Amino acid sequence: MIITCPHCGPRDLAEFSYKGDATRTRPGTASGDLAHWNAYVYERENPAGQHREFWQHTGGCRKHLIVTRDTLTHAISHVEFPPTKAPRRSGA
Amino acid sequence: MADRRSFVADPVIAAHAASPLQGLKRPGEFGALTDDGPGVFLTERTGLSIGEVASWKDSEGKCRVAIRAVAGVMLNVAPGSGTAKLEINVFNFAPGRWLVAGTKPDLVAQLAGSVGEDGSVTDLSHGRVVIRIDGPKSRWVLSKLFAINFANTAFARGQGLATMHHDITALVQRVGEDAFDIHVFRSFARSFWSLLRRSSEEVGYRID
Ligand SMILES: [Zn+2]
Repeated sequence: MIITCPHCGPRDLAEFSYKGDATRTRPGTASGDLAHWNAYVYERENPAGQHREFWQHTGGCRKHLIVTRDTLTHAISHVEFPPTKAPRRSGA
Repeated sequence: MADRRSFVADPVIAAHAASPLQGLKRPGEFGALTDDGPGVFLTERTGLSIGEVASWKDSEGKCRVAIRAVAGVMLNVAPGSGTAKLEINVFNFAPGRWLVAGTKPDLVAQLAGSVGEDGSVTDLSHGRVVIRIDGPKSRWVLSKLFAINFANTAFARGQGLATMHHDITALVQRVGEDAFDIHVFRSFARSFWSLLRRSSEEVGYRID
């Protein structure tokens, strides 16, 4: 599998570390919404097909990436840097 | 206001600097030499001051200007762009991060002064070893070690990048027609140097 880093260009999978599901939204640190926390920590879709994932280019520029990957074919349709502004969080 | 002073180590004193490659770089010609001479030339670049400049979120442009003021070279905004001269090498190896290596003993202190609060400067002079591979077969040898396109058209002179060989992190800059500088952690230098020698045997190599 080859991931095309927006900075470094196409690189071998061996240079990247998987950092998990990028579809989750973390509750605000002050949130007491246990259902939301439970969903954030434990619930995963495990889709057969398109999936948004965090990866880190540990063996290159060391930036975190959001990769859209097809879990059935490993075809990668999109790679981007995560937004630099933190998304608005609920329950803060 | 938080004190965000950069880290500047004691300058490298060329007369006292010890190479971690000591005992492994006996000059001579080795491997499968042909009548055309060595396929590659291996050298360690010594006495360098090496600094890493990292910008904050919105200060990339300011850091570029600060580096230019010290290094005297223009910096392009394109990812991986850089300049290689005899006395100074600069390249961008990650978004907002540059490696600057040169022969001036106070290079890193100058960078820290120039960058000021617009970024951070880390002195790597004592932590990195720079190995130069030159010669007609340099791309052939490097292609055995790294999954990188070293072709003349894909990897322009001055350009640099970060990659790794197994778990050995390496920064690579093209510094000449066939010449590449490889920056590795000092503690991995002996291992990497031996690997480079072994990989160069089939084309014949010379150590100067
Ligand atoms: Zn990268």
